[in-house]
Amino acid sequence: MKQRTPLLRKSAAQTLLASLLCILLGLLVGYLALLIIEPSGAWEAILAVLKNFLKYPTGAQKVKYLGSTLVKTAPLLLCSLSVLFAYKVGLFNIGVAGQYVLGAAASLGCALLAGLPWYVCLLAAVAAAAISGALCGVLRAYLNVNVVISGIMLNWISLYATNLILKGGMEKTGKDTIRLVKANKDAILPTLGLDKLFNNNQYVTIAIPIAIIVAIVIWVLLDKTKFGYELKATGNNLNAAKYCGMKENRNIILTMVIAAALAGLGAGLYYLSDFEQWNVNSSSVPAMGFNGIAAAFLGGLHPIGAIFSSFFIQHITLGGANVDLSHYCAQIADFISSIIIYLCGFVLFFKTCLNRALDRREEKKIQAAKANSATEEGGNK
Amino acid sequence: MSNEHYAIEMLNITKRFPGIIANDNITLQLKTGEIHALLGENGAGKSTLMSVLFGLYQPEEGIIKKDGVEVSIRNPNDANALHIGMVHQHFKLVECFSVLDNIILGVEPTHMGFLQKAEAREKVLALSEKYGLHVDPDAMIEDITVGMQQRTEILKMLYRDNEILIFDEPTAVLTPQEIDELMEIMRGLAREGKSILFISHKLNEIMSVADRCTVLRKGKYVGTVNVADTTKEELSRMMVGRDVEFVVHKDPAKPTDVVLNVEHMTVASKMHSNNAVKDVSFKVRRGEIVCIAGIDGNGQTELVYGISGLEPLKTGKLELCGKDITKAPIRKRNTSGMSHIPEDRHKHGLVLDYTLENNLVLQRYFEPEFTNKAGFLRKGNIRTYAERLIEQYDVRSGQGPITIARSMSGGNQQKAIVAREIDKDPELLIAVQPTRGLDVGAIEYIHKQIVAHRDAGNAVLLVSLELDEVMSLSDRILVMYEGEIVGELDPKKTTVEELGLYMAGAKRMEVQ
Repeated sequence: MKQRTPLLRKSAAQTLLASLLCILLGLLVGYLALLIIEPSGAWEAILAVLKNFLKYPTGAQKVKYLGSTLVKTAPLLLCSLSVLFAYKVGLFNIGVAGQYVLGAAASLGCALLAGLPWYVCLLAAVAAAAISGALCGVLRAYLNVNVVISGIMLNWISLYATNLILKGGMEKTGKDTIRLVKANKDAILPTLGLDKLFNNNQYVTIAIPIAIIVAIVIWVLLDKTKFGYELKATGNNLNAAKYCGMKENRNIILTMVIAAALAGLGAGLYYLSDFEQWNVNSSSVPAMGFNGIAAAFLGGLHPIGAIFSSFFIQHITLGGANVDLSHYCAQIADFISSIIIYLCGFVLFFKTCLNRALDRREEKKIQAAKANSATEEGGNK
Repeated sequence: MSNEHYAIEMLNITKRFPGIIANDNITLQLKTGEIHALLGENGAGKSTLMSVLFGLYQPEEGIIKKDGVEVSIRNPNDANALHIGMVHQHFKLVECFSVLDNIILGVEPTHMGFLQKAEAREKVLALSEKYGLHVDPDAMIEDITVGMQQRTEILKMLYRDNEILIFDEPTAVLTPQEIDELMEIMRGLAREGKSILFISHKLNEIMSVADRCTVLRKGKYVGTVNVADTTKEELSRMMVGRDVEFVVHKDPAKPTDVVLNVEHMTVASKMHSNNAVKDVSFKVRRGEIVCIAGIDGNGQTELVYGISGLEPLKTGKLELCGKDITKAPIRKRNTSGMSHIPEDRHKHGLVLDYTLENNLVLQRYFEPEFTNKAGFLRKGNIRTYAERLIEQYDVRSGQGPITIARSMSGGNQQKAIVAREIDKDPELLIAVQPTRGLDVGAIEYIHKQIVAHRDAGNAVLLVSLELDEVMSLSDRILVMYEGEIVGELDPKKTTVEELGLYMAGAKRMEVQ
């Protein structure tokens, strides 16, 4: 009975292929858009997007800015894990953006307003986000409120609450919070020597290995454990979960708590590396959360795939900032990367197409084989 | 009979899927104005053949003729244009639309972009009058009975002036009364010149309503017979390939200790403010099969929900093997000797997007055999266990243990559930419609399993709408009517007619 699945039929290979196809298509459409806007700088612009840190002449600089890309990859990876974890359990966690924002509020709040050390700040970030996730989960479990609706609402509530909280930790000039280097050095994540690896990029901290370890933990949790089995069963069929005696409401709430905690952890890891400060006049949630959705799909909804897709998306997002602004307006960077990210969502679609094509090919093969045997039989007569 | 007029001819149809030949050189000829049954076990290729006729699949070989002219049906729109209509087993109705809206959906008569419902309503009323299809055009689909939903589906076909009507297992969801009604409607349609293809594996229905019958087995054409010249036994032999026993062989019951004790149980209804189950008391003992009979919707579903813990009791007491389980959580009931084959396999019985193996351990994945102390699943054990159940209960699927449950045929999904629940070796087996939608071979097998389970000294509570099943399988019959038990009957001493009187509420006795 046991047959070896052909390589192209393997789910992992298909996802990889489909993801690469999405990326190519995204680049192509992005390039076309640049051509339409201003043909003369299009090629350079798309190269800049693709090159990102590779544009620096020396190897040392390249490595340093690769480090910066990784610093921004870690929070994106955690946001995408948050999305895919909930998605695997049948919930669409669009509230990831708000949970991320709350993580920022809690970590920076503890660091700037209370002067606490980094591990307390990080735990606070996780806890704050988890509570907001629990709120969504409880609403879904007991009042049947869709998590998409409650998630979107909470995004805005979280954003303005965060602005209010962090006003207390502002720089005297400007609109950003005070840099942790100045305000509270203890709140900065330890580097454990990782900064040396990236040419003394002081922002490279334990955030990066933590993010990767969490991705692996999530993979194991979903695929190998009883807990994952229960959560996925609940997500796929609430009634069946109840029928076989699972605590279905507890599972929904737990899913949202874990998903939100991941987003909060992402924010904590990012803001506690002191790479960026919070703008207390923000009127929209950071793109990190929503990009997490794209990264989750581009990674084929697999935690390990998410590691690579998060890196890629962050790579082009940062690369977009290098586009020559004498040819294009300032928004062009976001524009190009969003086109590419948008097309990243088509992974599942391409997978379906690929499977159809394979089916058709197999059918043809069988037919051809049959036709051959028929002619042979005819010849024998 | 060479000048016979055929409405549809499917000649030498072959359809292959990777690794399987679903239809192997099948010929089906439907005469104008006849009721033609298509008989076959689960997975015999009936659905594939109909999908070919409907344009959902393209056959590799063979041709389709309509009224003697070869046609090509590339998609369902082509089928519609040829006046081919189908009532699916699971209705395709918009729940929150009215009956009329559903009937005209897609072919709404309009004038300058405005709906002309009055016109449509007249046509629908005329059709329902002509064919005896009673519906209330303004009722919402979600509020009407399954029987009326089916009549709506039939009217949908007639409204589109379809000449060839396909009924895909239309009686699977109906009560005995509704089945009789449907048979009458089908005869009326045929009299009016419609040609009917009737997909079924219920032999009684085929014998009573069909003119001819084509039998498929494992994707191959077995033959076409005139129903008048054949017998049930002959048909089932053609379908299964061996003799099938219709009578369940079992020794007289030897009831001993009480396993399930239900005292004054009342369960609220989700549909209306009345209680669905009203002050019901009964006992089920080891070594007996107690059957709850009744017309669908008389509280059987809620009764089972109450016992299995899916719904809380309003009042009353439940005891399982002498222990009070009135307030016990579902998991506790499941692990202390209760198994439940649920009424709705898609709603409760399966996680459809899980693999077959994961579904087979749904009731025991938490046991040490399948989960180690650290909380990791023992996948090797799950695979071994699943392979044993698949082998033992003959659950057929495309890829064995790793088949996604959604892709399996309904009959095999049911077998998987039965395997899972009986293999737990429960002291109390609650089986609700355990053979719903199954073919005779599978029914025979499941009946044997249930009897064997009783003979091993366990209690069985059977809920069934099929009178044949009630009469042949049970040792004791409790009839439910409007949430109450109105009669306790001995299947050996009663008749189907008497049972029917109790079920319809025309007769009752004091039961205690």
